[in-house]
Amino acid sequence: MSELNKAMIEQYRNSFLSEVEANVEEGEWVKMCMQCGVCSGSCPLGKHWAHPPQEIFMMIRAGKRDEVLTSDSMWMCTSCYNCIVRCPRELPITHIMHGLATYARKLGLVPQNQPTAKFAEIFWNNMMKKGRVNELKLGLSLYFKDGFGPGIKEALRNKDLGMKMMKAKRMAASEFFGGHGVKDVSGLQKMIKKAQELEDARMKKFD
Amino acid sequence: MTEVVATNQTILVVGGGISGMTAALEAAETGAQVVLVEKRPYLGGRVSQLYKYFPKLCHPTCGLEINQRRAKMNPNLTIITGAEVSKVEGEAGNYTATVKITPTYVNDNCTACGECAKAVEAEFDDEYNYGLSKRKGAYLPHVMAHPMKYVLDPGIIGTDDAQKAKDACKYDAIDLDDTEKEIQFPAGAIIWATGWKPYDAAKIQPYGYDRYENVITNVEFERMADPKGPTGGKIVRPSDGKEAKNVAFIQCAGSRDRNHLYHCSRICCMASLKQTHYVVDAYEDAQVSIYYIDIRAIDRFEDFYAEVQAMENVKFIKSKVASITRGENDNPCLNGVDTEGYHRYANEHDLVVLATGMEPSVSIDSFPVDVEINREGFIEPAEKNGGVFAAGCASDALDVNRAVQSATGAALKAIQVVNRVARAEG
Repeated sequence: MSELNKAMIEQYRNSFLSEVEANVEEGEWVKMCMQCGVCSGSCPLGKHWAHPPQEIFMMIRAGKRDEVLTSDSMWMCTSCYNCIVRCPRELPITHIMHGLATYARKLGLVPQNQPTAKFAEIFWNNMMKKGRVNELKLGLSLYFKDGFGPGIKEALRNKDLGMKMMKAKRMAASEFFGGHGVKDVSGLQKMIKKAQELEDARMKKFD
Repeated sequence: MTEVVATNQTILVVGGGISGMTAALEAAETGAQVVLVEKRPYLGGRVSQLYKYFPKLCHPTCGLEINQRRAKMNPNLTIITGAEVSKVEGEAGNYTATVKITPTYVNDNCTACGECAKAVEAEFDDEYNYGLSKRKGAYLPHVMAHPMKYVLDPGIIGTDDAQKAKDACKYDAIDLDDTEKEIQFPAGAIIWATGWKPYDAAKIQPYGYDRYENVITNVEFERMADPKGPTGGKIVRPSDGKEAKNVAFIQCAGSRDRNHLYHCSRICCMASLKQTHYVVDAYEDAQVSIYYIDIRAIDRFEDFYAEVQAMENVKFIKSKVASITRGENDNPCLNGVDTEGYHRYANEHDLVVLATGMEPSVSIDSFPVDVEINREGFIEPAEKNGGVFAAGCASDALDVNRAVQSATGAALKAIQVVNRVARAEG
């Protein structure tokens, strides 16, 4: 169990809702849910969620900390925004799901080999190098995330799509060598680093 | 008819539904002079389109009849139908109202014999039945219309039908040269009782009211249950006319939803529980499913709710339905996740009734009088309103019982204003 996780359990004994409100992005909205269920019913991937959003909100209020934070449900969100558009109380459900996922990661509670979590990590690292996503490298790192053999297989499976993207100039082989980026990469990296420091300092007080 | 005798001690009542009628009668019966202006060609408003009241399951015609008789007997009350207030100027104790009167092409000679309706041919959607049936171009709005007069649809004016109607009339009651008139008269106080309209169900896109024939609204269902209604009281599927025995109600269709209406419309829970009785009474093997967020049956209505809950063939499903898709045989298929166990469902029904909410009749930006209006579009009691008092559903989403209470209160406030004027004038 990570130190931060232990600290948080101590801090918010019996009130997981307060913990979510304080530490999860848009978490203060959770108490506004009236349990109508439109979010769960409108989610295109809903049936793949162990706990649909409406249930997650109720679990948070019921103090089911471990079940929520170690769940892979919020990692199923594809950001289609159906739930946000439909919610009768305008809860930013998509953002809350991402907030929960981020918080679970911070506490070291992401389920093993959660593919969405892995992809998010790859995406972030890829983007932070140049300030822009390198489609070619992103695709390759995704294919090879489970090792060399499966990577080759996956790459071959998608080769037609890759060729089409090249043809349509959505992806260029030259991206392999460096790739395009923003004008001030070091400025961007400094900015993100500062933000990370502020966030770490905020969390530090619980240690 | 268009001669209105009024002074600044007169009370103007805008709207002749149950609230406006009540306010007008209560005020007139205290001796005040009252002018009642109603947009439709008859009094009674949306209550006249109800089959039964909750919780007693008695008929609104009963109370309407009493009110109509009171109206006929009272010399202090002037009723102008087919008319709208287009402008109000002045202040408490000294208003001038401008009223536009639309032509009905029928004068007071009409005996409601119905010969004109037999003579004409063109048909129009019957607004009294929310378009579920057709009516002729010369028609009696409904069997208990007050005033008991036929009306010509403006759509037949200038056609052969108009002349046919005129020729058929033995009482010289049809005047095809009737035109729109505008009149002005003074008033000391104004009771604003413009009521409500059902929220436009087509705006709730995932429910497909505009795509699926077997998805209807609660006001339409109310007409369907009425023996005088479009199906003669038979509860059937609009798509094929077959008996609808497996009926679902979707609560909060539009209400309590920041994408639609902010407020709880208050009546829809009880309306659906009442309409459940219609289905259960009609078919022995009826199956009713009520999809709800929470049932709001307060005070004495709780007993009514408990009674419906105890019915074996009625199911309550705690869930706001997420979407409706087309099932087999044009059955609407309801999709969602329930809150008691989080089970995902896809349930087919013969007929789905959307418990649509109440929206104020007058839209926020078209009030002809300067009053305080809240976010939901209802009139707030405020200093700024002067001698204008909201009654019934112009003030909030109310059931008939509470609308009548609100109207009586508004009448008292208006009487106080005109009494003040009377004292000042000696």
